[in-house]
Amino acid sequence: MSAVFDVQIQKTVRSGARRFELDLHFKTTAQRTVIYGPSGAGKSLTLQAIAGLLKPDAGQIVVQGQTLFDAKQSLDVPSRMRGFGYLFQDYALFPHLNVRQNIAFGLRRGWLNPPAAVAEPEVQRWLQAFELEAVAGQRPHELSGGQRQRTALARALVNQPRALLLDEPFAALDPELRARMREELLALLDRLQIPMLMITHDPEDLACFGQVKLLIAEGRIQS
Amino acid sequence: MDAAWVPLLLSLKVAGCATLLNLFLGVGAGFALARYRFPGRDLLDAVLTLPMVLPPTVLGYYLLVLIGKKGPLGAWLFDHFGIQLIFTWQGAVIAATLVAFPLVLKSARAAFEGVDPQLERAARVLGLGEWAVFFRVSLPMAWRGILAGVLLAFARALGEFGATLMVAGSIPGRTQTLSVAVYEAVQAGQDDTANFLVLITSLTCILVLLSAGRLAPARPLA
Repeated sequence: MSAVFDVQIQKTVRSGARRFELDLHFKTTAQRTVIYGPSGAGKSLTLQAIAGLLKPDAGQIVVQGQTLFDAKQSLDVPSRMRGFGYLFQDYALFPHLNVRQNIAFGLRRGWLNPPAAVAEPEVQRWLQAFELEAVAGQRPHELSGGQRQRTALARALVNQPRALLLDEPFAALDPELRARMREELLALLDRLQIPMLMITHDPEDLACFGQVKLLIAEGRIQS
Repeated sequence: MDAAWVPLLLSLKVAGCATLLNLFLGVGAGFALARYRFPGRDLLDAVLTLPMVLPPTVLGYYLLVLIGKKGPLGAWLFDHFGIQLIFTWQGAVIAATLVAFPLVLKSARAAFEGVDPQLERAARVLGLGEWAVFFRVSLPMAWRGILAGVLLAFARALGEFGATLMVAGSIPGRTQTLSVAVYEAVQAGQDDTANFLVLITSLTCILVLLSAGRLAPARPLA
């Protein structure tokens, strides 16, 4: 069985006088992997590199047997063809589109956004699954934190991604909501049998999701 | 008084064409300056903003040198296509476009810089190509700010005098725009015509500014 994530990358990031070196090497066959570490350790850069939003200087990224990036072969599959579902820390919902349009966003690849009343069956299914039907016509700023997260998850899942990449998925939520949304996500992942890679600095996320736990510090995996 | 409508219509035509051109040029350049880092970006921004601060006569002179009969571009156009831009309304469009361009550029750059790059990344991961990201995320988020700048550019193009006079001259009915007609009317002592022209110019510009003002406090959640 090939590894879910086989990542070996180097990247030097400069911002002003500061210089940060990312030198990662990890391989995981688990369905659920959590990368845990303090902020500034390179967690977000790691996730961005896997998703194709950041180009490493060297190395390779192989996911489920498919090479997505290989510096030696000058292979760099563009982000849009990598097939990941990405949950951003602040969810990055499109503020000019309603919940329905946000969820349907990735179903259409053309130059026009889906219409406000878009009603593809997949969209309806996720609206129901996440109990978002009542707010389907609302814009993201009108939603509660939990609804926002569900919308972002639905938007990522409607494309049937090969794996979910989660960036601090519960950091933007109230503490009492956090526990509930963790359970929801765990149940969902079990049901869909979709692999995930989560980055977090919250030990509870690590305990809850980490079948494989990787510690990151100063741009390197520690264990 | 009928004669007054001729320069007004000509001015609207020239300003309209110039604004349409600037919509593409200014939005394109503004997006490039906002999103891409390349050597000489600040210099390019300064050069592109120059028409805002240079005297219009200087701009007119530059244009004459470039697109005049002996200018490199002007000679090429004439030799290959028989096109002559000097003393034509198309020449006036080029002058107005140049003068008003920085207004669209500045507002477009600021508007695009106000769009969270995270949203564009989210769209890419969801499977969109770069053009689709632009038309479905960047542009809809920035259009209010851009439109305010476009309206200001229209008003600026409508009032263009110096560069237009140098490039297109003052041929009544052909290149004599509103602002040039005002000057000619005052010079000729035709106070009635001058009054009327000044009044409609002012009214048009107030209308444009009112519209721009309604758009300017750009609500990001358009």
